[in-house]
Amino acid sequence: MKNLVMSPSPHRSSDMSTRKIMSIVIVSLVPAMIAAVTFFGFRAAALIAVCTASSVVFEYLCRKIMKREQTIGDLSAAVTGIILALNLPVTLPFWMAVLGSFVAIVIVKQLFGGLGQNFANPAITARIVLMISLTAPMTTWALPEYWKPEAVSDTSVIVNSNTVLTGPTPLVSGDASYMSLFLGNVGGCLGETSALALLLGGLFLMYKKVISPAAPVSFIGSVALLTWITGGDPLYQILSGGLFLGAFFMATDYATTPVTNKGKIIFGLGCGIITFVIRNYGSYPEGVSFSILLMNILTPYIDMFTKTKPLGAKEVKADAK
Amino acid sequence: MFRLNSIRLNHSKNTAEIKTVPLPAPSYVKIPMAMHMGAPCTPLVKKGDRVLAGQKIGDSDAFFSAPVHASVSGTVKEISDYRLMNGTVCKAVEIEADEEQKTCEFTPPEITDRESFVKAVRESGICGLGGAGFPTHVKLSPKGEIDTLIINAAECEPFITSDYRQMMENPEDVLGGIRMIMKYLSVPKAILAIEGNKPEAISEFTKLTANEPEITVFRLPSTYPQGAEKVIIHSTTGRVVMEGQLPSDQKVIVMNVSTAAFIHRYAETGIPLISRRITVEGSAVGKPMNITAPIGTMVSEILKFTETDTEHMNKLIAGGPMMGACLFSADTPVVKTSNSFIAEKDYREPVQSACIRCGRCVRACSMNLMPLEIEKAFRRKDISALQSLKTGLCMNCGACTYVCPANRKLAETNQLAKALLPKKK
Repeated sequence: MKNLVMSPSPHRSSDMSTRKIMSIVIVSLVPAMIAAVTFFGFRAAALIAVCTASSVVFEYLCRKIMKREQTIGDLSAAVTGIILALNLPVTLPFWMAVLGSFVAIVIVKQLFGGLGQNFANPAITARIVLMISLTAPMTTWALPEYWKPEAVSDTSVIVNSNTVLTGPTPLVSGDASYMSLFLGNVGGCLGETSALALLLGGLFLMYKKVISPAAPVSFIGSVALLTWITGGDPLYQILSGGLFLGAFFMATDYATTPVTNKGKIIFGLGCGIITFVIRNYGSYPEGVSFSILLMNILTPYIDMFTKTKPLGAKEVKADAK
Repeated sequence: MFRLNSIRLNHSKNTAEIKTVPLPAPSYVKIPMAMHMGAPCTPLVKKGDRVLAGQKIGDSDAFFSAPVHASVSGTVKEISDYRLMNGTVCKAVEIEADEEQKTCEFTPPEITDRESFVKAVRESGICGLGGAGFPTHVKLSPKGEIDTLIINAAECEPFITSDYRQMMENPEDVLGGIRMIMKYLSVPKAILAIEGNKPEAISEFTKLTANEPEITVFRLPSTYPQGAEKVIIHSTTGRVVMEGQLPSDQKVIVMNVSTAAFIHRYAETGIPLISRRITVEGSAVGKPMNITAPIGTMVSEILKFTETDTEHMNKLIAGGPMMGACLFSADTPVVKTSNSFIAEKDYREPVQSACIRCGRCVRACSMNLMPLEIEKAFRRKDISALQSLKTGLCMNCGACTYVCPANRKLAETNQLAKALLPKKK
């Protein structure tokens, strides 16, 4: 007879694992990646590859140097890399993308203890760091199919010694059609232009019960509602900019958003309000990243006030000791 | 009415349609004196005594206790020390069985009123057969008035079918037990709560109780842990047993279905609790089935009978896969609460990784606890946080550990955290 394993109950576990969750997230990002490559060409694929590879390498090196168990197998670094790439303009030089991965993985994630311990969303923080330090390349929005010769016009700029047609994001210009916003045939970051692709990914995550609809619905809903109240165009506001990417893929990050559904709704509302304020009254055209980062910081407090009420629990007396 | 959180499990009720097989009489039994919650019994026999099957061999003066009977006839070989699951040591009577297997003369108890009913129940040696082993006569002596008897036939753990077989093989005992409790405790209403994954039991009992409006058959959702006391009370009546309360404070008694059936059988025959139905299952078991085995039978005998691959077995569980306890050896006796033994081969402990704060444990907890927060509070030994997180309400159903994608041992941590809580006065 073999030695019997002694372990506490339960003696079964579900087939859900961190790696599986991350794989589902990667699958849910496939439509957005396809849209990115469709509209922005081969360089989009290259940028995604550079971000993903550098994120995984940074994670590997960090764990190695810190002498901790290796965690690249949980695929969370790959997810961060893909989401970061989707937050970058297609014309961004590769070294800047690698810098973004460094900020995301090394500074935001691993220095705070790795998966689950970071207080801010790695990809969002990296985007903001790049945005503030490298404003010009980070706000050069290539238009779809920018490489075509007929696209060259007086709004073109030189990027990597190529002439590229650029334009303001539709959030600023305000002249894109709903259909092009929905499909993604507009200027912007790699992954944020196609609302359709992001919606497909988001619905897939909800179907797989990887994310709860609470935060995305309250985030997108509050932006739409506030825009409607102030006489804006709610549909245009929710379809443009990084709202869908932020709402489905970053405002639902486990580590940096509240645990309970009540908390998630508050988180989404906060994001929505801050996004609306920045978009309408701030000096930046887009506020999704800032709103998520600010709400990330508030998450521990939201968690504190949105604890579940245990069944049949009595009030704890103030002086329990 | 809101529904409590619960999880979906693979039921794996593979033995549900196999008729119960009696285990051949063992040549040796070891009967612990503490198989129930409460005070352990003192042996009434000594080494060398000859005992008959059904003879009382242990009892206690304490009310919160249940007597113990010999399950075979033979000679007392030894009164030894036996270490229980919870680590404490009690006496155990070891009996060498003889060839004749003579039983005592059984006379059905005289039951006329509530008092004699409760007394008879105590004499039968019965305690909750579902697993916890709460002495049944204590449960039947509530302080206040009871308006609903809930018969727990959820059997929500995977694999286990012993209660189901009891219901299908002896439906009259089940109903008889229910009627007796209702009669002698003046309970106006009974609910037989069966999980929806046992449709045949539901239709059978609906048919049998067609003329008894006071007994309702209730279809529970097939989720885990429906059989937990507070959960089944909430599912069937909508009542919430508050922290620190007993079910009787909400005017209900919850009783396992096999326990109720046993009470009827005892009232008819006078045969005390000397054997029980056990589900034997698991990947190492050659012939998974339900057996009836005398109390005190060695688990190794049962494994042999069910053609278990003990060569490759590396995990042996007493109870279900969700709440059962690991045995360190097959040389362990069957006790009154043994509803199942699960023998597994190629069992591998899942590898733990960091908490990703996904909140699955929170959504799995029927008690609405936050296992991830309890784990953090436990790590920093923050007793007041553990108190406000209501760690004491955890019933160790294991749902949190089960759903955790990082395989964190949350249920275990909850139990360890409970030990840090100040003792109730």
